[in-house]
Formats: sequence, C-alpha cells, structure tokens
Amino acid sequence: MPCEGTRLRFPPCPTARTPFPLMPCAVVPGCRRLPRVGAQMTLAVGCCQAESGPRCGGLRQRRPRRPAGEPSRPSPPPRAWAPLEAPVGVWAPLASITLLSFASRFYRLSEPPHVCWDETHFGKMGSYYINRTFFFDVHPPLGKMLIGLAGYLSGYNGTFPFQKPGDRYGHHNYIGMRGFCAFLGSCLVPFAYLIVLELSKSLSAALLAASILIFDTGCITLSQYILLDPILMFFLMGAVLSMVKYNSCAVRPFSAPWWFWLSLTGVNLAGAIGVKFVGLFVVLLVGLNTVYDLWELLGDLSLSLVTLGKHLLARVFCLILLPLVLYTAQFAVHFAVLNKSGPGDGFFSSAFQSRLIGNNLHNVSVPEHLAYGSVITMKNLRMAGGYLHSHWHLYPEGVGARQQQVSVSLYHSLSLLPASDHLDPSCSVEFVRHGDVIRLEHKETSRNLHSHQHEAPMTRKHFQVTGYGINGTGDANDFWRIEVVGRKSGKRIKVLRSQIRLTHLATGCILGSSGKTLPKWGWEQVEVTCTPYVKETPNALWNVEDHINPKLPNISLDVLKPSFPEILLESHMVMIRGNSGLKPKENEVTSKPWHWPINYQGLRFSGVNETDYRVYLLGNPVVWWLNLVTIGLYLLMATCTIVAIKRGAQLTVEFKELSEVLLHSGGKIMLGWLLHYLPFFMMGRVLYFHHYFPAMLFSSMLTGITWDTLLKFCAGCLSCSMGKRVYTYGMLALMLLIVYSFYLFHPLSYGMVGPMASDPNSPMAGLRWLESWEF
Amino acid sequence: MLGFLKQPVVVTAEINMNLVALTVMGLVNRLWALSYPRAVVFDEVYYGQFVSLYMKRIFFVDDSGPPFGHMLLAFGGYLGGFDGNFLWNRIGAEYSMNVPVWSLRLLPALTGALCVPLAYQILVELHFSHCAAFGAALLILFENSLITQSRLMLLESVLIFFILLAILSYLKFYNLQKCSPFTAGWWFWLLLTGVACSCAVGVKYMGLFTYMLLLAIAGVHSWHLIGDQTLSNVSVLCHLLARGLALVVVPVAMYLSFFYVHLTVLYRSGPHDQIMTSAFQASLEGGLARITQGQPLEVAYGSQITLRNVLGKPVPCWLHSHKNTYPIRYENGRGSSHQQQVTCYPFKDVNNWWIVKDPGMQQLVVSNPPRPVRHGHIVQLVHGITTRYLNTHDVAAPLSPHSQEISCYIDYNISMPAQNLWRVEIVNRESDTDVWKTILSEVRFVHVNTSAVLKLSGASLPEWGYRQLEIIGEKLSKGHHQSMLWNVEEHRYGKSQEQKEREVELHSPTQADISKNLSFMARFTELQWKILTLKNEDTEHKYSSSPLDWITMDTNIAYWFHPISGAQIHLIGNILTWASANVATLVYVCLFLWYLLRRRRKICDIPEDAWRLWVSAGGLCVGGWAVNYLPFFMMEKTLFLYHYLPALTFQILLIPVVLQHLTDHLCRYPGYSTGCPAVLISGDKSSEMMGFLVPAPALILGTLHYVPSVITLPCLAEENYSVNACTGLGKVNCSPV
Repeated sequence: MPCEGTRLRFPPCPTARTPFPLMPCAVVPGCRRLPRVGAQMTLAVGCCQAESGPRCGGLRQRRPRRPAGEPSRPSPPPRAWAPLEAPVGVWAPLASITLLSFASRFYRLSEPPHVCWDETHFGKMGSYYINRTFFFDVHPPLGKMLIGLAGYLSGYNGTFPFQKPGDRYGHHNYIGMRGFCAFLGSCLVPFAYLIVLELSKSLSAALLAASILIFDTGCITLSQYILLDPILMFFLMGAVLSMVKYNSCAVRPFSAPWWFWLSLTGVNLAGAIGVKFVGLFVVLLVGLNTVYDLWELLGDLSLSLVTLGKHLLARVFCLILLPLVLYTAQFAVHFAVLNKSGPGDGFFSSAFQSRLIGNNLHNVSVPEHLAYGSVITMKNLRMAGGYLHSHWHLYPEGVGARQQQVSVSLYHSLSLLPASDHLDPSCSVEFVRHGDVIRLEHKETSRNLHSHQHEAPMTRKHFQVTGYGINGTGDANDFWRIEVVGRKSGKRIKVLRSQIRLTHLATGCILGSSGKTLPKWGWEQVEVTCTPYVKETPNALWNVEDHINPKLPNISLDVLKPSFPEILLESHMVMIRGNSGLKPKENEVTSKPWHWPINYQGLRFSGVNETDYRVYLLGNPVVWWLNLVTIGLYLLMATCTIVAIKRGAQLTVEFKELSEVLLHSGGKIMLGWLLHYLPFFMMGRVLYFHHYFPAMLFSSMLTGITWDTLLKFCAGCLSCSMGKRVYTYGMLALMLLIVYSFYLFHPLSYGMVGPMASDPNSPMAGLRWLESWEF
Repeated sequence: MLGFLKQPVVVTAEINMNLVALTVMGLVNRLWALSYPRAVVFDEVYYGQFVSLYMKRIFFVDDSGPPFGHMLLAFGGYLGGFDGNFLWNRIGAEYSMNVPVWSLRLLPALTGALCVPLAYQILVELHFSHCAAFGAALLILFENSLITQSRLMLLESVLIFFILLAILSYLKFYNLQKCSPFTAGWWFWLLLTGVACSCAVGVKYMGLFTYMLLLAIAGVHSWHLIGDQTLSNVSVLCHLLARGLALVVVPVAMYLSFFYVHLTVLYRSGPHDQIMTSAFQASLEGGLARITQGQPLEVAYGSQITLRNVLGKPVPCWLHSHKNTYPIRYENGRGSSHQQQVTCYPFKDVNNWWIVKDPGMQQLVVSNPPRPVRHGHIVQLVHGITTRYLNTHDVAAPLSPHSQEISCYIDYNISMPAQNLWRVEIVNRESDTDVWKTILSEVRFVHVNTSAVLKLSGASLPEWGYRQLEIIGEKLSKGHHQSMLWNVEEHRYGKSQEQKEREVELHSPTQADISKNLSFMARFTELQWKILTLKNEDTEHKYSSSPLDWITMDTNIAYWFHPISGAQIHLIGNILTWASANVATLVYVCLFLWYLLRRRRKICDIPEDAWRLWVSAGGLCVGGWAVNYLPFFMMEKTLFLYHYLPALTFQILLIPVVLQHLTDHLCRYPGYSTGCPAVLISGDKSSEMMGFLVPAPALILGTLHYVPSVITLPCLAEENYSVNACTGLGKVNCSPV
C-alpha cells in the first residue's frame, strides 16, 4: 500500500474536489427515470424496482450510465477511474460473461465418453434413484436426487453400472447428467459477477472476478462431470448472492423484493446443506451476517421494539424454519423414492430395513414380544454391525479358554439363540421382561453364551465370550441380565424396537462387539467381548431381529415401522458416523489443506498413460497464485486502512468510500473464504483437492474487489490523467494475464492426448512448473 | 554532618494480613501429612517413571505434554536425593525407603497452596472488594478436588498456578499501564506474564488456550492504545513492540529453553529410542550410538548397509529379506512371482544387511579409494546373506494390489527378466551432487524400468510372511511421504571377496569413528513433532469420562485404595462450590446479554464504570472457563475429571464477582430492595458483606466435607467400603471398624 499511509490526505484529483455529492443522481436529473438496460432480466431487477432509496439499488444511481443512443447526456465530473465503467452498462457485460461461461463449460462436454473419477459414485447413485434402490452415502441426498432427476428427464434409464472409472458409456445417455452439472457450474460466473457488483459497485471488479472464474481450468473441469461440487457451489453462491441482495434492500424492509431475496437465501441454504454437509459453512456465513444485521438494527433507536421483533421473526422464519422444512422435505422425497432393498441396507437398523421392499424383514410377521423359549437372532447396533454368531470351532490354544468361539458375523446368520431360563416346558407362555436374568443357548450347537475373566482375543482389557456347556447345562457364568435401554423394570421386550443390553451376572461386564476383526482362526468375523467399562455405546447394544415362537401369535411388522422423524434421525447418525469413519491410513499420501491454495497437486480425472485421453483437475496456476497473493495483499491493505482510521487519519470522501468497500464488502468475502477453508485443518477425515473449490470462489471474488480498490487508491494518489491510465492499464493487464494463462493451460480441462509434459514433444512441455503436478 | 541523627530511622512496612493468613492456610491444608499415603496414587505411576528416567538421565518421549512439568517433578526428586530406583508399575504399590515421597509431592503442593493468595490478588486487581477477594480465595482453599490434586505428584496444580500467575501479572501490568508505563514495575509484570504463560504451556498443552486468551485480551487493549490519539505514533509503536517482545518472543524462547534443558539432561539412550530417527538416536549415549560410532560417513559402492524406514509407523523397521519365497497363489487366488520375499522387519537381524553394488562392475567390495554414491546414481542392492538382487516388476503386491511387488530376484528361466536397477534420490540434499551419507541422508529408491518407488505399505503380511511388514513399489507416487524414505543406519565398507567370509563379516559389529551430532534445533523439531503426532492406541479407562459429565460432576475417580484397611482417596469436587459456580456462570451470561442488548438500545442499567468492570472480570473468568473447557469436546483422547480443574478454577473466581455485582447493583435497585433486607439493614457496608455472606453456607459445607479428608473417619457401614459409601466426601480415608 503505497498511498494511504502518507498520502491519504491529499486530494485525489482537482475535479473530485468540487462539491459534488456521492450520489451522481443529484447531479444527473432524471437518473431514476432512465430506462434500464436489460431490465427484462428479472433476476437482478427484482430488488426495489419501484423504489430507489439511497442504499437499495445504489449501484444504479451511483454510477452514471448512458443508455444506448443517448451519448450526449451531461455527465457528472468523472472520477479518475470512471471512464472504464461509465460507457458500459451492467447488463451487456453480464450477458457476455454468461455466454462465455456457458461456452467454456459446455465445450467438449461429452469428452471423454467414459466414467471419470467420482462419476463412478455419483452417477451410480443417480441410477439408484432411477431404479428406486436404497443405498447409503455420507452426503445428504439432494445433489444425487437432482442428478438422478436430470438423468431421468434426459432419457437415461439407470441401467449403466458405473462400476469403475474408465468404463465406456456406450449407448447410454450420460450427456443429460453432465449437462445439468455444467449448467449449474456455468451459473457460478454470473453469480460471482452480480455479488461483486453489488458489494463493490464497481463494474471492473465484477468483470475481473468473473473472468477469473471463467478462465480457471479447475472450475471448468469440476463443472463438466457428474459430481456434487457444481451443485453445491451453485446453491452456495446462490445463497451468498441473495444474502447480498437482501442486505442492499435493507432500506425498504418487508417490501416484496426484500421478502423475495430473504426467502431465496433460505431456499439456497437448504439446497447447499442438502448437497453436502460442507454447506454448513455458508449457513454459518449467512448466520453471522444476519446477527450483525440484527445488531445494527438493534442500535437504530428509531425502530420500535415491535418492528425489531418483526425483523427477528422474519429472519427466523426465512433463514431457519424455511431451510429446515425444505431440508426435511428432501429427505422425505429421498425415503419415498428409494423403497427397494439395495446395497445400503446393512448400514441401517433392523427396524429401518423393514421398510424396504425386497429386504427379508419387509412384511415379515413375527411375534411382537420376546418370551422364554423363543428362537431369535440378535443384531449389534453399531453401524454395519452384524449378528451374534457361534459355530463349532473352538478358540485356538493360547487365546483365552479353549471353548467355542462367539463372534459377530456380517452375513445374515442362521445360528439362532433361544432365550431360556426356566426349563419347565409348561404350556403357558412367559414373557421376558426388562431386568430378567436369562440364559442364551445357541440353537445349532446347544451351548450357552458364556463369559469369564479371561482376556478377549483382540481387546485385551475386555473379557472373552465363549459358548460353553452341553445341551443347556453350563455353570453360573452363563447368566445374563437383559435390560432395555430407557425402560423401567417389568416391561416386555419388543422385537426390533427394543435396544437391549446384556449384563453378565458374575463379572458385571456387558456383552458387546469391539469392531475388531478376528484372525483367520476366527474366520475373519468380528470379535465379541464382554466389556467391563459400563458405557452407553451402540457397540454394547443389541436388538432382536428374527423371532420364532410357535406359541405366540405373529403380528405384521408394519406396526413396528419407524416413524419419519426416527428414520430421519437414524440416517443422520449413520451419515455422521460414516463421515468420521473415512480416516486416512497411516502410510497413505493424502492431500493436506495447506496444499490447496498453492495449487500444489491436482487430481487425475481420467487417464494415466500417454495414449489415454487425460483430464487433470488443477487450477489455472496464474489465477490461483494471483488469488493467493491477493489474500496477503488484502490483509495488508485492510490492516493499514483500519489502523489509519483508528489513528484518526482524515480521509477524503472518495477514500472513505473505498475503504468502506474494502473493509465491509471485502471483509464479508474474506470471512466466507476463512469459513470455507480453515475448518478443513481440523477435520480428521480424508481430504481431497476439490474440497477447496468453494473457498476458491470466495478468493476469486476477493481478488476482484481488492485489485479494483488497490488500483483506485493508486489512481487517486496520482494525477488525474495518469491515474486513469494506471487504472485502465492495470485492469487490462490483469485480464490479459488471465486469458493468456488460460490459453496455456486449457488442455488440462479439455483433454490431453500424447506424451506427458516431461517429454519435450508434448504440447504441455515446459508447463509443468511444479514437480508435483502429474500431467 | 550528623544531621541524619536528628530524625529517627523509620521503617514503615505494610503487610496485608489477609494475604498472609490465606497463604498460611493454603500451606497448612496442602502440606499437612503430605507423605501419606506412602504408596503410588493414581497417575503418580505415570509421572513417576519419568522422574526416575530424569534421575538416571535416560531419554524418553512422552506424548502427554512438553517436558517442563516433568522436569519440575524431577526437580523435587533431585532435591530429595532420589536415585530413580523404583519400579513404577502398579497403583497402590508401597514406596520403598529410597523414594523421597515428601519432596516429590512438595512442588505440586506448594503451587497448589499459592493458588489461594493468587486468587485473592486477582480479584483485588480486578477492582473488586477485599471481601469478595477473600471469598474467592476461601472457595479455592476449600475446594476438595483442588486439594486432592495438589497433594499428589500430579501436574494440574502446577498448571493452575502458572495460569493464575499469568493472569495476575497481566492485570498488574495493565493497572500500571495507566499511570506509569515503561517503569521497572511495568516491565517486571509484563515480562512475568510472558514467562508464566510459557511455563503454563510448558507444563501441559492446555495452558496454550489460556495463553491465547491473554493474547486476545492484550490485543484488545493494544487496539484501544492505537486509538488513543494523545499518544504519538512512536510511543504507540514502542508499546506494541514491548508487548510483542514480552508476550511472544519471550515465551517462545522460554519454551525452547525447556527443551534445551530436557535434551541436555537426558543424554543416555533408553526405551523410546526406537521412535526417533537414526540420526537422533546416534546423538544419544549408548544404544545406537555405540553401534554406529565410527562407521564411515559416505556410502560407497561395496558398502554394507542396513536401511531403516524413516516414517517408522506402525513400527520402526528395517528393509529385510529371507530365504522364503512368496506363495505361488495367495488366498484370494491372485498369483505372485514366487520370488524371494522382501519385507520390513522390526528387529535387528543379520538379514537386514544389504550391499550397494555398481551395476557396471562385478565385485562387492569397496575399492581403494572408495567411490561414493551420489544423488541420481543408479545402483543395485544385493541382499547380504542370500546375494540376491532387490527387484520389482509388474506383479501386484501381496496386500496392496495397486502397487508392484518387491522381491529378491530368482531366475526361474521364465520370460521374466531381472529388473534390479534403482536410482538413488537423496531427498534432503543440499546440491544435486550430494553424497549419500550414513544416517543423515533420507533416500528414495526409484526403480529405473517402472519408476516405482520403494515404500513401506504399513500392512503386515499373513502367516507365510511371518507377520512382517509389506514392502511395495508405489507406481503412482503422489508427492513425498516419509514411508518412501529410507536412511542408512549401520554401515561398513565391505572387504570380503568370498561369500563365506562375507557372512562372517556381516555378523561382526561395525567399527570406525565419526560422531554426528545434530544441532539443537533439529533435535527439538524432531522431538516436538514426535510428541505431537505420537498416538497411543486408544485406551479405555474405568474412570474416564466425557466433558459433559464434568459440569454436573457426574463422575469421580478413585485414586487410591488400601486393600487391607480399606482407606481410599477419591477425586471428587465440593458439590456446593460446583453448583454455585455453575449458577454464577449462568447468571453472568444472562445478565451480560441483558445489559448488552439494553445498552444497544441506549438504556444503561449500571454506570459505565461498573459495566467496564463487569465486562473485564467476566471476560477473564468466563473466557478462562470456556477456553479451558470447550476444547475438550474436540479431543479424541481419554479424558478424566481432573482435566476440568483449570476451567473450574476460573469458574470459582466468578462466584464472588457475580455476588458482589448483584449486591452492588441489583439489590440496591429500589424495586428489588424488599427482596434484600440484609442490604437495608447493614447499610453502607452491605455490598461488601453480601459478597461474603452468600457464599458462606457454601464455604461452611465445603469445610465440613473437607474435614473428614484430614482426620481418619471410621466408615459407618461395616462391610461396605465401596466407592458409594464414601461418595460425596472429598477425599476420605475410610477404615473399617
């Protein structure tokens, strides 16, 4: 920052010193009445079309615009940087960048005609929706539902298996799904343009931000395939855009546009969080912005408490309730559509599975309450937990007592365990109740479930669980107390619904599955232990799944079906556990968050060898490094400005306005970048390069605002004509740099064939600036 | 000349008897019968082993925190003349006569006792009444959990002491700031803040959060300073620089010095050597240094070497091969090359020896003069005992099918030629012609034909591979990872021409003479990194608890239990203090929000001064509580009730703050006066009285709880010495009647 420290107090340019006010409107009479160029584009006009207060739509008033065909209108005294903006309207650039954006994203969309990278997951999940087969994924369903819908509408019939990357699509119609993602990805550019325009009121800043996104190879590549990221980023930018728009409508609260943008923010938030949980960060951004907003309103003493209450309620309704309702609704659709049994069944509880057509729990009728003498199977409540299992094999020498193995088997085991205590075969049925002491006998081998103070095979601090005794005769270590979680004693035990805990009577330990796989002698099934640490974990909870008792009447399981809130809750628990289960292995090379802003390493989307059609996800290095430098630059400028203001520097009106843009608008975007980037440092799960792209969008917008402000500062410090030139040439140089670098690196997105970049004959020769890039 | 005699010599001393009384009371209740019980209590078993290692000067790595805390405990042992000979293996084991129990427990007890006057001072510096300050100190004094924790060889009380000291000195500094900046006192308190912060961080990493809080507070104050336009630019700059020096530079230097002392004191090799890199091990006395001492530095063609994987996870291991071959078919039906196995073996073995061979020459001895291997050279690696060549080819590895199998080549005369050329890439090279150095160089072996990189996959092979670790050739080498790096550990120049002689040579120990001392910074970086990344397997513990249990004290810890007499020690809080601390926090937060919202609407319930006081005291106490409590929700390690004690201390300080505020402002409000007859009666002094009166019941009850911990109380129920019988009593020595 060369200017502000010493020269801030200098008048920027003699013309600017004339006492013309901030609003050129006052000088240009009839500014409001000007026909808006492109006013037919309802998207951006909705706000305050009728009213133009000082803030709302201020962009249109502050900038003198000459509509086509009116060249000789008296214009206000121009500022140093005005010439670039003045003659150009707002809508013509918008149209052209939108066109460019669509062109760049749709160019060679069908190439390569095989499955690329994560298309194998998301394409497959789209097919599942078309086939209505239940599956499990760690992300919420909206993104995949939209992909499925796009595929369905474009005539894809859901039969392509999407087995692995590189599979040819053949006659299957995949363009519809890719086109849908590319469409959403293309919308990012106009969104960024409008956001920056609204925040900075500067056309060139908006153009710079837009061109960065248009010409970034990474954004192009990520938008061209069947992935969740373009969908996520669409909703994310949509949310930011509508947030910015409703902020600028603040002068006329409760007007139609104000409600429109506010509720659109809510809708977009629901969309963002419905695609990936990363959407939470944008929720946080909007939340912080809203809190700030309300704080400002609270400080405005002209507003009555009733009005404040209305403001608060409006925000609660649009930004909390509306997204919640929409979010829940998309799960309702998800569960309604996926009604057939599929690969995701095993992740869910027995009760959940009974909803799915084709699952062996569907429409089964079993006795409802557990009784002595029943034959049952027991399922562990851990995610993807298996069934309690035993077989004729003994624990090997040296592993606890040499008794029969008990384990958890992932497959639906046929080994059943009858609950029996009182051995009298009386005809009256006696129900098992909470708190009863029972013995469990394995049906196949007629041994009792048994535990003792030997250490378990894998988890040394737990006790071993075995099968013991002959024909039901065992010893005192065969007794277990059966308890239902959250019930008082005396209650019966329900099939499927009751969560059971089995406490060993003699040692006080609890039957559980440790989750560790036994070695080969245990047939690689999962270890069962008796844990002395009394903790409420799903590992130590079981439920009864199959239940046979000829003395009891069978009832249909329909009455036991879980309600919608229950399945909603359960699927979230499963998703959260699935997400935290994606841990990197010790010896794996993984992508680290600090790699991302420096564009350290990309991702191979398609192809490895020289003969393959290769696509490599890598940001345009010039753009990314420019973004990186800009972040440092922004911090420096913001610090200087804020300290200067704090030290009481006298700023001219123009500089005040600029610093307002820098601190306020830039601050919002900077906050967005921080919120979308920093949390990744604390995540334990496996991370990938493409996780940075939402943050990259913010970074690009920040670049637009920062450089525009910087050049205006410089222009303001120099003489008038000189300033103009510096500003114009600076902007042009940046744009040209971006376009030229895109020309160099475009094969990364649009496909490369031939020798790798290390070969001097390759078209990419000399462009492998970092050794870690793999193209 | 004798004029001075005309005036009497007067020494005026001002002694705050409150402070003296509190200190004495603190000392009495923390130090009384300190060496009872003469047995290992709870985590003493953990810290004790480190004290012993300090006494014996043996190097260790402890992932629970930086070394300063351990050093303080060891200092106690040093003062008591402890020789380190005690087997710390079991809680409840009786101490032998050579263990100076009293002096080992002295430091934690002293710091615990000094927390009492510190609490008093802090509230005084926050401009609260002496009565409130006295109340705070008494609450700390009679908090049983703090007493229990202070009287044993544990680190929490030391941590709390340094945290409180840092807060106090910052407050002193801030109060001096207004009248006399840049005086000696100002500098003293400022520097003491930095020093205390670094000590807190040095004891436990939890101290870091309080340090951050203080930095944030100092940042806010500096920001006000910047806005103060009566100061010149230069003086503002001086102020900022002084703060930067004292609060950033000094703590960093102190922290480094802890490690410097740690590494200087511990110079012998010990049980944790294996975790460290070869270079680090070689810098310790004994252990690897004895083996590697004097071996040749530069690896040459013909050198006999052992190669250690740099990552060392899951276990440190050496590149290894043995006579057995890969099974023709694996269990899952995939085929192998059936060539000789190459694995990574976690023990020293003669089969870990490899010979570096020049592909262009036949001999396996070092020429004279030796020809050193440099970065980028192509070598073959010959297994010493079997004389087979390290090889890789387009066959899937046994457990990682996406990578290539590594084998020692056996010519089966099928169309599978040997591909045994490897390029040596020194990763930590300084120039491209660097020589491959023993221990120091970290080397990647890149296969010439397939550009696969020799890598430890981390999986362990099944029975046929003797559960040794799998070695693979990683084809798609994504960046650099330590599992692909190898360093030469043992090294000698081979001299034997014949295989028989060579075998004898391989069995013999290496000799020669060079010592390679690492710089302090290199050793510090490595040790610090290992401390932060070392992961113990997650341990379940009977008394572990979740942070949510702490607020309501749903959990306790049985520290010690005498098997015969049934006497026991429990860590459990004073329930009244905990409950009132929770209430105080709740009241504070609610009132703060209420004032804040009302002030925004320009309604001022309390005078500006009172508001500032309220914010600063709350920021410190509630902030201190939050930063010492909330981070635990994100930690994955095993947590115990004692982790909550630093947070609790801050919360306790809040009780008198809230009480005094309530009496000063709310009860005086005309509308509330009927609710507070005491105020009306006692008039002017009321505010100070209330500050003390209200916590009084808590104090009395707290004392009652505390009494049994001092005297030995017979248990009421004869047979029942169980934990439940004594729950609610802070620390009880129960013996059956």
